[in-house]
Amino acid sequence: MRVVLAEDLALLREGLVSLLESHDFEIAAAVDNGPSLLKALLDHRPDVAVVDVRLPPSFTDEGLQAALEARRQVPGLPVLVLSQYVEQLYARELLADGTGAIGYLLKDRVFDAEQFVDAVRRVAGGGTAMDPEVISRLVATSTRDTPLARLTPRETEVLELMAQGRSNAAIAEKLVVTERAVTKHTANIFTKLDLPVTGDDNRRVLAVLTYLNR
Amino acid sequence: MNGELVKETRLQQHVRAPWRGLALMFLGIPASLVGLWFITVVSMITSFIGVLLFPAATMLLRSRLDTYRERINKWTDVQIQRPYLPEPKAEPGLSGMFKRFVALISDPATWRDYLWVVADPIVSIFTAALPGLLILYGIWGYVLAAFAGGMIGHYGGSDWYAYIHVTEGYDQDVARIVSTVFVATLCIAVGFLIGPKMMNVYGHWGRTILGPTRKSELALRVQHLTETRSDAVDASAAELRRIERDLHDGAQARLVAMGMTLGAIEHLLDKDPEKARFLLAQTRESSATALHELRDLVRGIHPPVLADRGIGDAVKALALDHPMNVEVSADLPSRPEPPVESAAYFAVSEILTNAAKHSGASRVWVDMGYEHDNLRITVTDDGRGGASMDAGSGLRGIERRIGTFDGILALNSPVGGPTIVTLELPCALSSPKTSPS
Repeated sequence: MRVVLAEDLALLREGLVSLLESHDFEIAAAVDNGPSLLKALLDHRPDVAVVDVRLPPSFTDEGLQAALEARRQVPGLPVLVLSQYVEQLYARELLADGTGAIGYLLKDRVFDAEQFVDAVRRVAGGGTAMDPEVISRLVATSTRDTPLARLTPRETEVLELMAQGRSNAAIAEKLVVTERAVTKHTANIFTKLDLPVTGDDNRRVLAVLTYLNR
Repeated sequence: MNGELVKETRLQQHVRAPWRGLALMFLGIPASLVGLWFITVVSMITSFIGVLLFPAATMLLRSRLDTYRERINKWTDVQIQRPYLPEPKAEPGLSGMFKRFVALISDPATWRDYLWVVADPIVSIFTAALPGLLILYGIWGYVLAAFAGGMIGHYGGSDWYAYIHVTEGYDQDVARIVSTVFVATLCIAVGFLIGPKMMNVYGHWGRTILGPTRKSELALRVQHLTETRSDAVDASAAELRRIERDLHDGAQARLVAMGMTLGAIEHLLDKDPEKARFLLAQTRESSATALHELRDLVRGIHPPVLADRGIGDAVKALALDHPMNVEVSADLPSRPEPPVESAAYFAVSEILTNAAKHSGASRVWVDMGYEHDNLRITVTDDGRGGASMDAGSGLRGIERRIGTFDGILALNSPVGGPTIVTLELPCALSSPKTSPS
């Protein structure tokens, strides 16, 4: 699997390179600034890109802008955005085109190598990997006047995990329940929120995120 | 001040100005009385009683003349600020009283006030009140022509109306009556015509005497700058202390603990690998917590979206995380200077927090725009209103902080709502600056 990596701190960039290489990823390019990131994304068309939000030369959200621009030109290009901060605003922008294949994680998630690599794979496969912090804030601010308030605490928990991009099996493992119980919860959630029921994990996640993003 | 009221049409101005002029003239009666009292007190100044009464008399005079300032600001194109030099801090006892006396007596504005009281009754007759007096004179002309002239003549009286002699036989003399009506009409017409003009002339006279001189303007400015500077210094010192404390109790302490745990792990690695593994996991968790705390700290110093995108998107991001339903509209061609942007952001953030805490509102609208070199932000909520600048609402603190940038805060919060807070910060717009992260 070919990866384009953008991170301006050399230490972290090398760490990511060795982490990904040790998990059988092929690093197509590892860049340290916005303009060369956009060029690398368009030239290499990688299977997935791992991008830091803040990049030189302006040290603003250059990485995010480059990723969004690349996805405008190559719709559905899988991008996993890493950041010191997660902002709902940026999450919304990333999800806005509704094509999925988006990840948005705090940099500290890299600490847990297995989970991080799993997230990269999921994004590469067209799925979603949203940081739990983004999701919990989305859920917190969405409850103010929506049917979300009608969910039971357990269902909210399942919804949050689902929105992070996890499959039923992963949710079941995380919550230490059977997969059938999770299926039942998700069915309830979809009914309560009036969302179209689908067997496909990715489409399901997107539906939930779109719902939260309203 | 005119801008907030419905702008008068020119016709309305012409109709109203003469009567306003007369009203201003009548203001002279109480003002003269107060002036009389003032000069009486001044004449006693060599005695203790004069010193004792002087501040009160001065204040009475000032509040009397504030009525003029208010009327002139409302009725003419001229705007007059209060010219008085800042008073020394109130001190109890004799020395404090004496200091106040000296400050008041040495303020040129005090004496200019007195000059006004003496001169204005005459000046106002020839400026603001002139149109009104002309109109009254015109009306008197009509009255003469209609019947009063005949009556005066009949009873052997003698009077002049302008150049027309009113004597016996006036009511039989068509030429004289026509002249009277003509002069009267002319007076009324001129009265209404020159009304607004005369009001403005009067306004300029008002500003000359009642407004601040160059010197007092500078003194007021210096006072403002001194206050805001010390506020700014206090605020930044408090902020630094907070950051220091947060770092000391948070990330720094955690790093120390992590270092110690790592030392223990080193020790345990051979003896008890199981325990070492457990401690490693704990250390990793600690480092994540330290990061989390640092993130919150940085967010409080300078929010990332503000750095990345500027005030518009930063407030949008703030709105997304806010428990209330906040609608944001921003119309900014480019970014204000970073310090202004940051001050404005934290002001809005605090106003939103206030609204969430006190207003009982369910919806909030934030509107940001740029006009006349001012960043203008209005925050409106549909809450219960009745907010005040005092009452611990925190608005005073916001006002102080944006005061450093000569920003102003206006609050409009009638009981029953809505509450509208308006911020205005003078600033130039610039393109986003690049700075290392």
